[in-house]
Parts: sequence; C-alpha cells; structure tokens
Amino acid sequence: MATITIDGIEYQAEEGTNLLHAVLSERLDLPYFCWHPSLGSVGACRQCAVIQYTSPEDERGRLQMACMTNVSDGMRISIEAPHAADFRTLVIEWLMENHPHDCPVCEEGGECHLQDMTVMTGHSVRRYRGSKRTWRNQDLGPFIGHEMNRCITCYRCVRFYGEYAGGKDLGAFGSRDRMFFGRYDDGTLENEFAGNLVEVCPTGVFTDKPFASHYTRKWDLQSAPSICPGCSVGCNTFGSERYGKLKRLTNRYHGQLNRYFICDRGRFGSHFVNRDDRVKNAAAAGEDGVFEYGDSNRVVEQAAKTLDSNTIGIGSPRASLESNFALRELVGPNNFCVGVKDSELELLNSSLEIMREGGFSVPSLDQVEQSDAVLVLGEDISNSAPRIALAVRQSTRLVSFELATGAEIPTWQDAGVRGHAQHSRNPLYVATPASTRLDEIATEVTSGSVTELVEVGKSIEQALENQEQASGLAATIAKDLSVAKCPLVITGCSLESDELVRTAARIAQALNRKGKDSRLIVVPREANSMGVALLGGELSLEQALERVSSGTTAILLENDLYRRASSDIVDNALENGVCVALDSVENPTISKSRFAFPAATYAEQTGTFVNYETRAQRFFQVFEPADEIQPSWKWLSQLATASGRDQAAWESFEALANDCASATFEELRNVAPSADFRSKDGSRIPRQTHRYSGRTAMRAHDNIHEPKSTVDSETPFSYSMEGQISSDQDGAVIPYAWSPGWNSNQSVFKFQQEVGGELAGGDPGVRLLDVSADPVTNGSAKNQTDSQYRGESSESGLELVTLNDVFGSDELSSLSWPIQKRMSSPYAVLSKQDAEELDLQVGMGISVAGLEKSLEVCIDARLRPGLIGIPQGFIQGTEFLPLKVEIAHDPDYVGRSDKNSDVIAKG
Amino acid sequence: MSTLDTKPLIGRVEEVGGRVAIADYESGGGYSGARRALTQMSPEEVIDLVKDAGLKGRGGAGFPTGMKWNFAKGEPLTPGPKYLVCNADEMEPGTFKDRYLMEYNPHILIEGMIIGAFAIQAEIAYIFLRGEYHDPYDQLIEAIGEATERGYLGTSVCGTDFNLDMRVHLSGGRYICGEETALLNALEGKRAQPRSKPPFPPASGAWGRPTIVNNVETFCNVPAILRNGSQWYQDLGLTEDAGTKLYGVSGRVNKPGLWELPMGTPIREIIDDHAGGMRNGFKLRGLLPGGASTDFLVEEHFDLAMDYATIQSAGSRMGTGTMILMDDSICPVDMCRNLEHFFAQESCGFCTPCREGIPWVESLLTDIENGKGQPGDLEILDQHAAYIGGPSNTFCLHAPGAMEPLQSALKYFREDFEQHIKLSRCPYKSRSETSVSID
Repeated sequence: MATITIDGIEYQAEEGTNLLHAVLSERLDLPYFCWHPSLGSVGACRQCAVIQYTSPEDERGRLQMACMTNVSDGMRISIEAPHAADFRTLVIEWLMENHPHDCPVCEEGGECHLQDMTVMTGHSVRRYRGSKRTWRNQDLGPFIGHEMNRCITCYRCVRFYGEYAGGKDLGAFGSRDRMFFGRYDDGTLENEFAGNLVEVCPTGVFTDKPFASHYTRKWDLQSAPSICPGCSVGCNTFGSERYGKLKRLTNRYHGQLNRYFICDRGRFGSHFVNRDDRVKNAAAAGEDGVFEYGDSNRVVEQAAKTLDSNTIGIGSPRASLESNFALRELVGPNNFCVGVKDSELELLNSSLEIMREGGFSVPSLDQVEQSDAVLVLGEDISNSAPRIALAVRQSTRLVSFELATGAEIPTWQDAGVRGHAQHSRNPLYVATPASTRLDEIATEVTSGSVTELVEVGKSIEQALENQEQASGLAATIAKDLSVAKCPLVITGCSLESDELVRTAARIAQALNRKGKDSRLIVVPREANSMGVALLGGELSLEQALERVSSGTTAILLENDLYRRASSDIVDNALENGVCVALDSVENPTISKSRFAFPAATYAEQTGTFVNYETRAQRFFQVFEPADEIQPSWKWLSQLATASGRDQAAWESFEALANDCASATFEELRNVAPSADFRSKDGSRIPRQTHRYSGRTAMRAHDNIHEPKSTVDSETPFSYSMEGQISSDQDGAVIPYAWSPGWNSNQSVFKFQQEVGGELAGGDPGVRLLDVSADPVTNGSAKNQTDSQYRGESSESGLELVTLNDVFGSDELSSLSWPIQKRMSSPYAVLSKQDAEELDLQVGMGISVAGLEKSLEVCIDARLRPGLIGIPQGFIQGTEFLPLKVEIAHDPDYVGRSDKNSDVIAKG
Repeated sequence: MSTLDTKPLIGRVEEVGGRVAIADYESGGGYSGARRALTQMSPEEVIDLVKDAGLKGRGGAGFPTGMKWNFAKGEPLTPGPKYLVCNADEMEPGTFKDRYLMEYNPHILIEGMIIGAFAIQAEIAYIFLRGEYHDPYDQLIEAIGEATERGYLGTSVCGTDFNLDMRVHLSGGRYICGEETALLNALEGKRAQPRSKPPFPPASGAWGRPTIVNNVETFCNVPAILRNGSQWYQDLGLTEDAGTKLYGVSGRVNKPGLWELPMGTPIREIIDDHAGGMRNGFKLRGLLPGGASTDFLVEEHFDLAMDYATIQSAGSRMGTGTMILMDDSICPVDMCRNLEHFFAQESCGFCTPCREGIPWVESLLTDIENGKGQPGDLEILDQHAAYIGGPSNTFCLHAPGAMEPLQSALKYFREDFEQHIKLSRCPYKSRSETSVSID
C-alpha cells in the first residue's frame, strides 16, 4: 500500500494502480470519460487532470492526467487546485463546442455522465461562437440507436466493442474534429454484447432502442434488483418499470459475476413481460376445451377438486426456487418432477455428483478471467452462456499483463499493454462440433461429433496421465493445461452427453492431482436448472408424463412441455390427463390444459435462481402485476388451501423462503436481506428515485383519486420515492445506481469497496454447494456411456448435433420482440462438403424428416462432413429428432424477409 | 580539403553535380563507414563512437542518437526481431531537407541505416516515407536495389554474417505520422495516433518489439562519423553541438534554399550570406526557426547561433533547422491562422484539447483576421496557448507544438492582434479581402 496525499488529506492506495482508480476508490469526485474500470486507461479525454507536486516544497506542481499516473508512495496531489479545476472546466467547454443542446429530448438525459461531469466542473456559459458539426446517423439494428451528433469522442465504444468484446463491425473513422464512430455502412451490430454500448457511452450516442420506443425518463422509472433469466450465469440486472410495463433492463454490478457487462439476450430479452398474449386471468376449460374466465377463486376450487394424493407436480428450471419448492411440497417429493428433459436431468445430476466429489473449484466469472489456460469441451459458450465466453476472452489476455510488467508498462495502460503483447495470448482450446465466436482467439480448435469430442477429451485425459507417450493435439492441450497455474475446463449440457461432462471433470481432477488450482464449469441450460436439480424430484419426466397420460392430474409450473418432450408424448398426456398449468405467456401447453393460472414473470415477483456455480441469488419484484397475475407460489398456496393441504400454503414470500431454506439449504437464508431490513434512516429501500415525478398524474386520466401505494411486506423495498439508499448497504438490495452528482451508471464506484472490486455491502448471492478443491484420490467421476434418449435411428442420413444460438435458443427471450427482430430464420448448419454434394447453397431451404417446417441452410467451415447442426429452441421438435436425420432440398422455401423491419408485433 | 570534409552530408552531391549514384558514392568513400563498422567493430563500439561524436537527432527534438541506440542494444527481453525505422515522413511546414538528401544522396541514408541496424542488431529496417514523396521513393527503391546488388543489403552484408532487409513504406499521408509512435502505429496498419509512453519504442515499438526510430538527416550523419571519427565530427560544429546541419530558409529572401553549414552558424549569417538577404522593400520581422511548430524569434534573436541549446534558451526550438521568415508585409494574425488551420486539420483526433481546442483557436483567429474579433478573444487565445501548451496536458506534442507559434505571436505581435479587434479589420489587407479556411 502507498500513502498518498490528496488536497492535504492522507489516504492509503494500492500501488500499481493509477491515480484515478485510487481517487475514485476513496469515493472522491473527479470527472473522467475515456477511462473505464474494465477497459483501463488510454488518456484520450484529458478530463481527469489533477496537480501533482514533485517535492514537499513544490507549490506550483504539474498538471497530470490521473488516469495516466502511477500511484506511488508519498505522492502529493491536488484535485481542487485552481489550475487543475480550470483545465477540467476547459476540457468540458471543448467537448461542448459540438455537443447538441438536446438534453431535454435526449434518451440519455437524466442519467448522462456528460451532464454530470459538466455540472461537476461548473462550465455553463458557451464562449465558442462556431457552428456545431452534424452527422448522418446509422441504423445499427433493432437494439441500438445511434445519434453521432452527441459524440464527445472518448473512444470507449470502439475499445469496448472491438478490443474487449471482439466485435469487428464498429470502428473509429476519420480524424481531427471529425471522428465518426459507427459501422462501415448501416446494418445490425453483429456482436452479442453490443447492448453494453448503451452503458459504456458516457452520453447519448448509443442508446437502448427498444427502451426508446416506449420511452420514460430515467428518473421516472421504478426499479428493483433482478437476475437475468436468460441463461445459467445469473447476471445481476436492474429491472425498471413505468405504467405497468417493464421498460428496460440494465447491468447491475456484481464483482464476481457480470461486473460491468451483460449480453444482449439479457438486456433485450425481457420484453416478453409486456406481451399482449400474457396469461392474465385464471380460467377453466369448458367442455369444448375453450377457456372460460370467471371468479378466480372458483377456478381454484374447481382445480383443487382434481387434486389427490397421486397428483403430479412438474416444476421448471425457469421458475423460482421457491415456486418449485411450493409445488414439491404440494404434491410431495415422490410425485415431483423437476421438469427438464430426462437427458438433461441425468446431466444435471451428474454435474451435482461431480461437484460434490470435488477435486476442482467452480470459478466465478472474475476467476474465469484469471484462468491462465482454458479448454472448452463440447459447449459453445459463446451462444449458451455468452457472459462466460466474454470472461474467457479476457482470460486469454493474462499473458499480456505479464509481458507488460516485464517491459515496465503499467498494467492499466491499456494501449501500451495491447500494443506490446500484440497477438500473444494464453492457451485456449475450443473443441466443439461447429464454429464458435471464441475460435478467432483460440490457440487451436477441433471439431467433431459428440462421440468424437468425448474421444478428444479422453485422449487429453490420457495425455495428462502419461505425458511422455502422448502426441498430437491432445498432448499439446495437456501440456498447456499442466503448465498453467489455474487451468479451466468448460463443458455443458447442450450436447446431452454425460460422458462428455464426466470426461471434462476427470481432466479437471487430473490437473488438480498435479497440484493445479484447477477449475471446472458445467454450463446448465437455464436460469434455475441448478436450483431444480438441487431441489430434486423422484419422477423422471417420462414417468411423470406416462402417469399423466393414464389420467392423473398434473400441475405444470411455468413449463411448456413441448420443449421438454416429443410432441406425441406431450399430446397424449395433455389429452388424457388433467393439467393445471401456471404460466405467464400463452404457449401450446397452457392452451391444451384444463386449467390455466396467470403466473407472474420474474420481474413481477420475488424469488431465487441458482446459477451454474450453485450461487443462489434473489430477484425482487420490480412492479406489481396487472389483472389476476400473481407469483406461482401464491396460486399453489391457494390450491393447497382449497384442497386441504395447509402445510403447503404460505401467506408470504418470506415464510415460504424460510421453509424452503429449512427443508433444503440453510444458506438460502443469507441470499438477501429479509423484509424487515431497513436503511440507516430507518426507512425501506425506495424502488423509485427521489426525482420520481408524475405520481399524482399517472392515473389521472382514469381517476383523479390517487390510489394508495401498495405496502410491500415481502421485501426490503417500498413502492415509494421516500427513503435512502446508502452506498454500503447489502449488495443484493441496491435498486438502482445513483449517488449525489452521479446520475449515470458511472455512480457504481460509490457502491464498491474499491473501483472494480467487490460491492461495499458484499457481492450478492450464496453458494449452495461448497465444491472442495481438495484432490480426490479415488472414485473420480466414473466412466459412463451415454444413455440414448433420441428416437430410433436409421443408418443413413446426417448425424444430428444440437447447437445453441444466443438469439433464439432461450425460451423467454425469444418471446421478446427485439430479440425476435434479431433472430435468424430457423436454420440448419451443414458442412461445405455435404452442401456441395447435395447441391445446397446458403439461404436455400431444406426439409428435415420429422420436422414440420423447413430450415434455412447455413454452412459452417468447422462442421465435419456427415453432421448436421440444428440450434435448439427455434421450432418445436428439433431436440427430439433421431440421431440420424434425412434431409431434402425444399424448393418452395422462402426465407424470412422481415428480419429487420418493424413487421413483427411489439410485445 | 575536399568538400566532403566540411560537407559530409551533401558535399558529394556538389562534387558530382546531381544525384549521387552508387559508383559515385563509393568512389567518394561511400560505404567504407559501414564496412568498417561491420568488419572491424562491435555493435557496442559503434554506439560508443556515435555517442562520443555528440550526434543529436535531426528530426527536431535533438535527442542524443548514441544514447537512443544504447536503449535497444543487447538481447531483447523476449526472443524475436528488433526493428530500425527511418522517419522520412517529412511534413513539417517549411521543411524540405530530408527530401533533398533522399533525392540526391540516397546511399548516405542507406549506409547510415546499415550502421544503425548493425549497432542495435536489427535485421529489418523500414523507411517510413511521406506519401507525397514520389521522387524520393523512386530514388530510394533504385538505391536499395543498387546497394543490394553490391552486397550492402540482404544476406551477408559486406561479407559478414549480418543480414539486413530494408523496406520502404509509403505513408498514407498525415502530419501526425511524423510523431514516432504514431508512425509505428501507421506502419503496423493501425490508426495513426500516437502511443502513450512508456513504453518507449526502444523497449516496445513496432509490433511490440524493440525499435529505434531516427530521422533521415540523423542517419546521414553517421557514415562520416565512422569514416573520420568522433573528434573530427565534434570539431565541425561552431558551438557545443557537433557536426553540420542542413539549414533552410523560406520566405521573401533573395535566394531561398538549403545549405549544409557547421552546426551553430548564426541566424543572420544564414539569412544574409547564404539566402542572399531580404528582398528589396521587405523587412524581416520574425521567423520560425525550425518549422511551424516552433516559437517565433524576433530581431533581438537574429544574431544567435542556430544550435539546440542557444535557440532553446531564446524560448524557441531549433526544430528541423529550416526557418520560415515573416516579413513586414505579412499579417501575423493571418500567419497564425494559417498555421493553426494546418494543425487543426492534422490533429489525429485522439485527445480533447488538440481535437477541439485547436479548431476553436483557428476559428477565433479567422474571426479576428476577418474583423469579427471581439473583446475577450485574446484572453481565450491566451488561455488556449497556456492550457494546450502545457507539457502533459495533451496526449502528444502535436498540440503544444501548435501553440508555440501562437503564444510567441501573442507575445511579440500582440499589438497587431489588438489592432485587428479595435479596427474590426486586418490592417494588412484592403477592406474587401477576407481569410477563409480551405479544407
């Protein structure tokens, strides 16, 4: 630690960091633009000027950019010195020469870093007499708005998009005072992290386009901490509402997980909440199968009458842990099925078994970034868990920091570090069936069918055990993993191979026995896959559906069964059994059920998701749902009461969560503060900002009487603007990032222990499994051959591999209109050779035996001839095809032409 | 005494009476310096000799060349190549010395670079050439071909085990490419914006490898040092600085041009004796001693010696040593406007003060020149000169360089600025003329 004096006061600062980092870590105010805690310093904006004194006698000092100055022991600086303050004001005045005075109509207004910094420096009178420069903006696709006139040329966008996230289609064009940031031509930004530009841009150049389409001023949003339901990473988000609509989703800092960035599936995938085809009222199907709406209590009573001791509960990996628990309690563990495909359940159970066995650690994302050699075995994380891929991308830069240190370049000096390292990267091996977006930075990639990839894994395992005799790629991979300090193996559930997962585990364990801090990630499919797996149920889905087909009642918790089992099985069950479905958006399952209950989405309720690390995290109700919509556990409690099962009925979320903790994991009590949490001033935490406006006018067109705001007794939050957010309060209950003078998301440093570090009140969530990194001596992840869940296979045809697509494979986000605009037409991936042999070209259609709809042909350079890749989730049934499929050219195929137009109805 | 003894840089051009072909160059002792270095000396000895000679960089900053080479000597930290780069991106307004050397005496540059490459043990050398220099490009390509044919380049240079591959890179054409780190970015195919230092190029330059960047004229000084020794070289200079210098004069003199003179030749002697004095009817008011980015010198400075230390102590920089004269018919405000227009246009656009500050300065100067100046404008100009001109206020030295002529003009010709604002017109112009910026 170094002692530094800032304006006469001594502080302790970390040596090796830059001065701006140190100043902000003390939560002092110093304006900046181009610096970003995850992007480092480049010294472009010259905004963070301070005076540095060279000796105790020095009274004049020297102007220095804090972001470009190393912290050294004994250094003395001034932020307040007039020379520095004047310079900072002048920098703002320069930036304002061309910045439009459109704050009142700018999407960024109210949480604009440029506004904040302008106010902070005191610049107010325009002296520049010239006219302002103007630009033609670009259409950057459905996610991102572009308004170049507002640009202050901080270079953050291109640094994040290109250098950090690996995007290729956003650049800095021109020179002098005519710098343009955009694409070479209009068109959708390709990178799946483009949405972060909205938050990375310090002003309103890049804005959230879907949000702008139903815009609300930022201070009028009502927000609460949420968890992204898009995949198993569990990125922390802020959900924000106005007028009963979930208006937008933004990144919520979590020091160990998403930190400053989330993927576009997460950011733009939440608009399903606002869909018109939400299930809004409880209903019972009449004789003709058409739903009849009426008193919801009567529907509950009717449904309750169908329940008996054999009633089956089918849970869901996209429902909260608490709702799943409530259902399990209602039907009993013997009648409970966790609601995932049986093949997936086997994988989840294997993952848990392996994790309980240990011999590796399960890394958080900040640990992924610190893993110095990575093997991706079988899972295309760039599509199934993009935020992990982004962390892996950063891990390959570790060597550049070492090289920089060797050359005496400060590690925060971003351009210097990158320029010096050039193309030096840490080892990254990607073994997947088809291309992934990590390939370009991989040391080497290898392709193959599932069985072949398992073999790749096994030969790496053998090479680790017997390094002398190994040769080829497996030997190289084994060598690189064994010389690393913290080798990481990543696999996942997408290829549905238990053998693959176990092989990956054995590689991690073998590395651990070599004394490495080895790490393993098994990527589950959905937000709460690990949660339901940990909860467990006695029934497999096959067993459950079989019993339903024989006439048993089943309660379906937020689960579209057509995504879990083949349609003939599900049809049979829904026709013959009595299904009580709880869900939020219309789907084939609910429309064929006997009873339908409107379930709250994650934004309208409080609950817990368990991520890939078994980290349980709390999402809070952002706003109260409309109509009869309520959290599933409330409907389940009503059903329990109505059917005389009072032990499975809860009055409040808190009571339910406590019972869930007692019955499962005591740690769950520490996931987030309870409802009796109060801020320092004794108040609840306000969901609304203190600038929240129009409260009395919002409903005035209906009724001039202002309704009383709901008293929230379930969470620490209030539906109010009164109360205080303190910067060191529990990290799980920060409803939005705001600090006096810091209205933008840049204020997050005021909530951190140190810039870019842990939240002052602790990073949210608790891990339910304590995976032991102690070496396992015997019985390590035993060998097992894969069960065959797929249908009967013919000998001929192409072998099917399941792919993932960040836009389209996930159920809920693909119901979100911006994602729908971004999605490809349903497609199949062929090898170049097969396509040529079949006389198929990109964009043509093929029919696949067993699928009702045709698929568009894509060609992948890495896919082995003989294989066909089909992404899951796009159309019903792709996952239940036999292992070998017959395809034929469909001459009548017409591709989706409306991909980038406004034709698709907004939710 | 042969011409070469007093004019090691261009003496041979005068003797030959035009472009020095390789045979002419060799017969005047050419390539014997390189041969001596490669066959009789160690790289360290070469560096020490250049150090002893007191050669300072001729690109404008005057950094001791031997010391720079010393930073890149020995084995690099990580295995891989080292690079030698010649900065031939001569874009400083009023400067045309490197072009002359490359057009008329290309082999002296090649020989200097061979010696430099040997000294730092770089086997790849680049000449980063100004994009518009088509003739020098042809001359260099031809000369490199000739030198390769004679065994001075390629494998086994001069029969030793030293190899040198020399390539010419034609610039895309921006003033900022003359800044050595922006040059390296441009060479790598990146945006030509400067890099932050550290790392300095000798530690991490082109493609992250140890790299030495020297100006054309600097390299051209080296062969004679190798031939004649350091003492001879030191004795060439009239003052503390060693060697000779290509001095140039542009402006309303009788014989504008370029001369190789002993380092430290007084300004007045260069103008009066070599440039033939001012043209009839014009009086010298001030001059920029070494390009557009140096402070004005005025009457009181004209007897000073043109060397690094003397000009620095007068508040300016010798820069490239090619001076631009301002006579009494030229409006200082308009001259500044013209210069600032150039600097605004050539900003790389990376840091705020340069990108946004210089255009403001230019627009104020345009207003003042066109009679639209307002009270307070000079204070804004003063503020810019002070705040953009500060040492670490901007990312690189482009903007501080741009402020040098302005701040000295505001000091020495302030009355002219005030007159413009007071009269609402330029006193140097008839009422109908206006100054416009042409992009």
